[in-house]
Amino acid sequence: MTRTEEKFAALNAAGKKALIPYITGGDPKPEYTEALMHALVDAGADMIELGMPFSDPMADGPVIQKACERALASGASVQGILDIVEFFRKKDSTTPVILMGYLNPVEHMGYKTFAANAKKAGVDGVLLVDLPPEEADDVVPVFKESGIDTIFLIAPTTTAQRAAKIAAYASGYIYYVSVKGVTGSATLDVAEVGEKLSGLRKLTDVPLAVGFGIRDGASAAAVGQVADGVIVGSVLVNCIAEFAQEPEKIAPALQKHIKAMREAMDA
Amino acid sequence: MTKANTYAELLQLPDDKGHFGPYGGRFVSETLSHALEELENTYKKLSQDPDFQAEFDKDLAHYVGRPSPLYHAERWSRILGGAQIFLKREDLNHTGAHKINNTIGQALLAKYTGKPRVIAETGAGQHGVATATVAARLGLECEIFMGAEDVKRQSLNVYRMKLLGAKVTAVESGSKTLKDAMNEALRDWVTNVENTFYIIGTVAGPHPYPMLVRDFNSVIGREAREQSLTQNGRLPDALVACVGGGSNAMGLFYPFLQDEAVAMYGVEAGGDGIETGRHAAPLCVGEPGVLHGNRTYLMQDNDGQIVETHSVSAGLDYPGVGPEHAYLKDIGRVNYVAANDEEVLSAFRELTRIEGIMPALESSHALAYGRKLAQTMTPDQHIIINLSGRGDKDIHTVAGIDGITV
Repeated sequence: MTRTEEKFAALNAAGKKALIPYITGGDPKPEYTEALMHALVDAGADMIELGMPFSDPMADGPVIQKACERALASGASVQGILDIVEFFRKKDSTTPVILMGYLNPVEHMGYKTFAANAKKAGVDGVLLVDLPPEEADDVVPVFKESGIDTIFLIAPTTTAQRAAKIAAYASGYIYYVSVKGVTGSATLDVAEVGEKLSGLRKLTDVPLAVGFGIRDGASAAAVGQVADGVIVGSVLVNCIAEFAQEPEKIAPALQKHIKAMREAMDA
Repeated sequence: MTKANTYAELLQLPDDKGHFGPYGGRFVSETLSHALEELENTYKKLSQDPDFQAEFDKDLAHYVGRPSPLYHAERWSRILGGAQIFLKREDLNHTGAHKINNTIGQALLAKYTGKPRVIAETGAGQHGVATATVAARLGLECEIFMGAEDVKRQSLNVYRMKLLGAKVTAVESGSKTLKDAMNEALRDWVTNVENTFYIIGTVAGPHPYPMLVRDFNSVIGREAREQSLTQNGRLPDALVACVGGGSNAMGLFYPFLQDEAVAMYGVEAGGDGIETGRHAAPLCVGEPGVLHGNRTYLMQDNDGQIVETHSVSAGLDYPGVGPEHAYLKDIGRVNYVAANDEEVLSAFRELTRIEGIMPALESSHALAYGRKLAQTMTPDQHIIINLSGRGDKDIHTVAGIDGITV
């Protein structure tokens, strides 16, 4: 079993759902990221989505756009993010780490080099927002060979036909985008999400995690009722933005959010 | 395979997945995939529909004012002492540039698909004006995204769009130019995909945009080819067009791709000079990568981050280029070169003074290279330069360079 499969199996056995925070790697500075990852786990996170900053984050709202700008301005790079994961792994061998970003920086490094370096660093999965399954034939096998899951998105606009194709390709988990929009936008409709997810369950055994529009304990708990995993991003990245100049305050602020969500989800 | 065979095959591109060789494709987040599949199917159907084609042709004739003339710049040709220069006068189109050819076509698609709202990105503002124009005519709600930097340097076009009833949103992220406007338009589209048609202004973006924008603009090349045969009894020896995203160039080149004897030159923005690194010439010095939904040549750093571009012309200030151009470069069908800002301004002034035609700064890139090229050729040879737009919008920029406040 992969680290991600083990994690979902253990949560399942305990009757719990996965809490998956997202932060942008290198935000506000690369030297803070590893400590923030440990802080998230200490507060109750089950896995971590770590953003690889990109100059043109087309699918992200202003909160994550600015996070990318801060990270790049302080010298974050793809290899730098992989190095952060490698350091994280020295102290934490059980928490899955999924890298999330855009295709170009990965393609620029080369799929093979990236996969090898990611494997070495202890990365478990990669989600490339602008890589749909139709264009993924050159990528998925390379990642697979290194034991890295390719995480795909399914959106409210995804047709049943496409969903079946994506499900066939997926491993690790499937990221269901709860709303039409960019990250950090509207709030989600849990009933609608639940309906979509029950349709997807007929297509695949891969765990289904839901992101976009989750901002507090209540929305996390509600989504936890219908999904295997709850992804939370912009609300955390907002904390980092708020305390970018007082970095010692970032971890406690993140932990406050994670604890509230953990408690609400486990209640 | 012979050259002619290879060139004939170019007309069959893109393939079913929107690829031009290794370039193009559809690299978008999942939310947009369905909308693009729908658009592809709609376009496939309508492009074969005689009624749709008839409506498009009628609008081009009576609303845009086509065909645009192929004008022999005799005085300029004589002074330069080389090849005969012919200008394809896209500047005489309604709204002052080639951009209207494509927006007419895409607005018809919007109409047929029943979307009440259109959005567009714009750099120099020409595509924004062309989109606002067709939106006004069809009674569609219209929002234009424009980099804050470009809003400043193209204030005339901003006001034109507002007069036409469009909402103009200044984009403050990133380098505040065309690429950021495109990011923001994509973000809007992903949010409002159900009621909104995204009118992309260039031959870039996810499939099927590079194909349909090329098709709608290829009226330029079809006319130029026909006019050349009728007026001169022969095809030209060379074509020259400026390339930012590359829609006017693709429109001119496409109908000539099979004509082996016709050389083609795409002129990128050399900015302060290629050697300074301050330019917008991805085909001249960039590397392949993925941005805005397609794989193409990009200006990027060692980490695959997109870098800022520099050009006196807002319309060419873009770090990518249409994927078909990327392929035409690789197979050697088109030569891609650059003209720097200084050469461009000099060509702008020269055409204005010698022919009484004030070109857009974008088009002045083609003029700057065409001027050089003509001088290497003989008076019995012919060059067609695409005069893609008129220069009224650039008067403030040029006056500013001259130290004059207009």
